[in-house]
Amino acid sequence: MATSRVVLDVGGLRMRYGTTDVLRDVSFQAYQGEVLCLLGPNGAGKTTTIEIMEGFRMRSAGQVEVLGEDPARGDERWRARVGVVLQSWRDHGKWRVRELLAHLGRYYAAYSTPSIARPWDADRLVAAVGLTEQAGRKIRTLSGGQRRRLDVAIGLVGRPELIFLDEPTAGLDPVARRGFHELIEGLAGETTVLLTTHDLAEAERLADRIVVLDGGRIIADGTPGQLAEQIAGEDEVRWRHDGRGHRHTTRESTPFVRGLFDRYGAAIEHLEVRRASLEDTYLSLVRHAETRAEAEPRNQEGRLR
Amino acid sequence: MSNSATTAWRAGWSRGLIELRQSLTNAGDLFNHCFWPVLMLITTYFLRDVSFGQTAFSLGTLAVPSILGMNAGMAMITMSQHLTADREDGTLLRAKATPNGMTGYLIGKIVMVSGGLVVDLAIFLIPGLLLVPGLVVAGPGSWLTLLWVFLLGLVATLPIGAVLGSVFTSARGQGLLQLPMLGLIAVSGVFYPITVLPEWAQAIAQVFPVYWLGLGMRSALLPDGAVAVEIGESWRHLETAGVLAAWAVLGLAVAPIVLRRMARGESGSTVAARRERALQRVA
Repeated sequence: MATSRVVLDVGGLRMRYGTTDVLRDVSFQAYQGEVLCLLGPNGAGKTTTIEIMEGFRMRSAGQVEVLGEDPARGDERWRARVGVVLQSWRDHGKWRVRELLAHLGRYYAAYSTPSIARPWDADRLVAAVGLTEQAGRKIRTLSGGQRRRLDVAIGLVGRPELIFLDEPTAGLDPVARRGFHELIEGLAGETTVLLTTHDLAEAERLADRIVVLDGGRIIADGTPGQLAEQIAGEDEVRWRHDGRGHRHTTRESTPFVRGLFDRYGAAIEHLEVRRASLEDTYLSLVRHAETRAEAEPRNQEGRLR
Repeated sequence: MSNSATTAWRAGWSRGLIELRQSLTNAGDLFNHCFWPVLMLITTYFLRDVSFGQTAFSLGTLAVPSILGMNAGMAMITMSQHLTADREDGTLLRAKATPNGMTGYLIGKIVMVSGGLVVDLAIFLIPGLLLVPGLVVAGPGSWLTLLWVFLLGLVATLPIGAVLGSVFTSARGQGLLQLPMLGLIAVSGVFYPITVLPEWAQAIAQVFPVYWLGLGMRSALLPDGAVAVEIGESWRHLETAGVLAAWAVLGLAVAPIVLRRMARGESGSTVAARRERALQRVA
């Protein structure tokens, strides 16, 4: 699983178009073998961030190191170590699935190292993403989910040390989404995965660590458990006493409930404690960030961090 | 050359062959391959008995090599259309995401467009030789001339085509390119000898490769007597080579710069934005 080697290091990243900052002081790291999820609502700056890390977009300011190199100056050797899966691909529609994987794999052969033999064998890869039956089909005849799995296979064909997945499950039906999640889980360990999503459940399921991005800045960073516990997350306690319903939200639900029993003993009825879900945390985070952005002038440091 | 660059050249070569095979095995592309050559064949067939002025040559005979030259020049448009389409659907971005992928992509495109052109020319020339009288493909001299004009023509037009493909970001922009191209063909002496055109039109035609490609092809396929209808009553091989070489140098100098700049701007969101615009036009 994840080691302590930093493979992705972003510090003070800023992106400005004209007079608008779309990214402000974005800093985070990813460790080798980790699945890091960039979570945020639409327009939060996820795609911009990932494109800068992919080397497809120039940043305005800040430090970015991907596999020890600045992606803005990444050469072909660096390129061979990175896999890229964009939000949607429509390319190579006339090619056949296996044919394209075998072709694109060829470019990576020159970048094999003693420890990493590149590329993956096309047939193995086709099988790994569950497209064996479609291996001889033209790519434009694939369904949305199949196309998405092919895109991941292409991202993986050079056996990357780091793979970027931008909204990999957007537009997939639940079954395709499930298959996709299993595919990503199978990658964990060898390959560092950075994926963006606006779907919280997806982040919770896949991520070792979640970075929440909103309005161009990072508003939270931690494991799913830490996020749910630490930040703004409040448990909800409901009970009945003297025939009346009560509701209380608290971050310390256990001592609160003990206090209730101390005071009322057996007179407490219908006790119910609902733990703060990650969804509550996420929504309250984003809501906080929105009100703060409205109330305060721009370019101030996020307080929630 | 480093190992990785060799790999990319080889991959590009096989990429070109794969795409060429694809374009020859699906109905839509096959139709495109045949459409113009067949149309041109029909035209020349009807022109075969129409003689030009006082000469012994029919317009059909004069037109066959000229059309051959024109088609070779059209490789520029084909190249440019491919580039625009590949930007729109993300093929170019895929190349950018692959190590040495841009080299492979470009080599593949050159192989595919050139190969497709050879097929198109053959579809036109082989029946043309049978249907239209008066063409000489006697001896290796004709073929040699045909070959060098064709190859030099490709080097002159493909890089320029790549530049145009980088400049126009949408299929619609590509459409705009067709008009001046048609105008150019009209003044380049393809369907009618250029010497009957006003001098200013002749001057324009002589700046661009289409006229010279046609002239070169005529010099290869027509008997010596036909030189009488040309400017200065000469095949002007030296000038042909000179003008085509000048375009080649210009294209080869400019194309890498323009292509690099264009590729640098490509990212997932630029491709997505372009697609959005294209969809809005459809809707």
